[in-house]
Amino acid sequence: MSSFSSKIADIRKDFPILSREVYGKPLVYFDNGATTQKPKVVLDTIEKFYNSINANIHRGVHKLSAESTEEYEKAREVIREFLNAEKTSEIIFTSGTTASINLVAFSFGEVFVKSGDEVIVTEMEHHSNIVPWQLLCERKGANLKVLPFDENGELKVDMLESLITPKTRILSVTHVSNTLGTVNPIKQIIEIAHRHNVPVLIDGAQGVKHGIIDVQDLDADFYAFSGHKIYGPTGIGVLYGKEKWLNQMVPWQGGGDMIATVSFAKTTFNELPFKFEAGTANYIGAAGLAAAINYYKSVGIEQATAYETELLNYATKKLLEIDGLRIIGTTTDKASIISFILKDIHPYDTGMILDKMGIAVRTGNHCTQPVIDHFEIDGTVRASLAFYNTYEEVDRLVEGVAKVKEMFG
Amino acid sequence: MTLNEVQDSIVDDFSLFDDWMDRYQQLIELGKDLPPIDEKKRTDQYLIKGCQSKVWLDADLVDGKVQFTADSDAIITKGIVSLLIKVLTNRTPQEILDADLYFIDKIGLKENLSPTRSNGLVAMVKQMRMYALAFQAKGNNA
Ligand SMILES: Cc1ncc(COP(=O)(O)O)c(C=O)c1O
Repeated sequence: MSSFSSKIADIRKDFPILSREVYGKPLVYFDNGATTQKPKVVLDTIEKFYNSINANIHRGVHKLSAESTEEYEKAREVIREFLNAEKTSEIIFTSGTTASINLVAFSFGEVFVKSGDEVIVTEMEHHSNIVPWQLLCERKGANLKVLPFDENGELKVDMLESLITPKTRILSVTHVSNTLGTVNPIKQIIEIAHRHNVPVLIDGAQGVKHGIIDVQDLDADFYAFSGHKIYGPTGIGVLYGKEKWLNQMVPWQGGGDMIATVSFAKTTFNELPFKFEAGTANYIGAAGLAAAINYYKSVGIEQATAYETELLNYATKKLLEIDGLRIIGTTTDKASIISFILKDIHPYDTGMILDKMGIAVRTGNHCTQPVIDHFEIDGTVRASLAFYNTYEEVDRLVEGVAKVKEMFG
Repeated sequence: MTLNEVQDSIVDDFSLFDDWMDRYQQLIELGKDLPPIDEKKRTDQYLIKGCQSKVWLDADLVDGKVQFTADSDAIITKGIVSLLIKVLTNRTPQEILDADLYFIDKIGLKENLSPTRSNGLVAMVKQMRMYALAFQAKGNNA
């Protein structure tokens, strides 16, 4: 156990919800892949904003509007630094990962994808990183190609080169699989794609809370993530995009704030990043997200990730001691996500009983139906851990699963 | 027994169990005891998509009474299915349409029949009423 474990008791106090009970038992929250809990500083930031600053941004002549705008733009700088992007103009606020991917699929697709062209995704993508590309392909008469993964849940990266053709316009791949836990070698994937002049979008929904992200070092063309999965509020997300792409892309939605001049004859668009931020932005969400990122940094991103890996290894070892339990996603480089199934017991049944014991897990296909189909199973039970989880909580999960086996045996 | 007498007897049976684990154990046993639906009916035609667990349902009208057969791939869901069948099968369409299913609440399993759980049960009850409605309409036309 690392020295980080000695800090957990204090860290847990920062998250008010972690002290609640469900069905009279202390909550074990293992559904962090779906959404994470929020530290008090995030909640305080939001409340303070509403109580003392709130005004629409970029619009008013008055003091509050200026302060509000300043907070919003400060948040953008926090994100820029967090991703190590070159410029704040490359940071676009959206409502979440899904919106970010849809934005690129539309705005990039409109300009660069035409009939007969190809878009590549992988077999382990979340539906949010499949459907927007399918819609684009339908709109344009383009083709969607899929890079498969192997039995351990590792992408067959050696096949990538043969999938890319002169007609390939973009590759979109997840940083971390939300079902398998696999951490993909995105730097290598980007390098291969770039060798063929294919830009790459990284779905960072799960990856963003697994170690330090450096979009320049990765050379990612786009990186998308959601605030709510990284200890921030819901309804706010980010799209990082290289300026050279964003400048060439057409706006996605029209409205206030994204324009320079409007007349019925012609409208000219505002500069980056505002061109892609139509309508009143979720500026309070942005401030909350910045607070979450600052909190995450203060906890120690690398230490938190190392601790989560320890916890993952412990949980994996303990769960595998249970007879008839099979882990889905068995590669070596994994984020703290464990999907498993029990022989002859439906994941939903397992989830129901664990719920009754106060243990929150997710069951089903986790919005990755192709992954579930690949393994020919009915879904999985997924425990996704965060740095505020403990060894004792893992023990409770393991006891819970043993109890499930007993009840259904 | 009337429909409500069947509900009351289920409530009686479950009142013997004082903790959730026993109640769920009972559901699991009921689920295991319910004979599986005919393999031929385990098809999309009879499927009620619940997202989390699948439910298959079929109904026939025999001598003016509705006969339900149903199944699920998850045992707890199947246990509840079995209780719903016990209450609603072999009833006239009107009885089914008038039924107030209070037993689920009384036996402390309300969460299983909540629209926030995507297990297919809420949709199944709706579908059972739809069958009743359809049979009634057919009867009135005949
Ligand atoms: C890998 C991955 N991509 C995309 C998403 C979608 O994120 P959101 O619903 O916040 O837009 C998720 C969330 O479940 C995810 O895990």
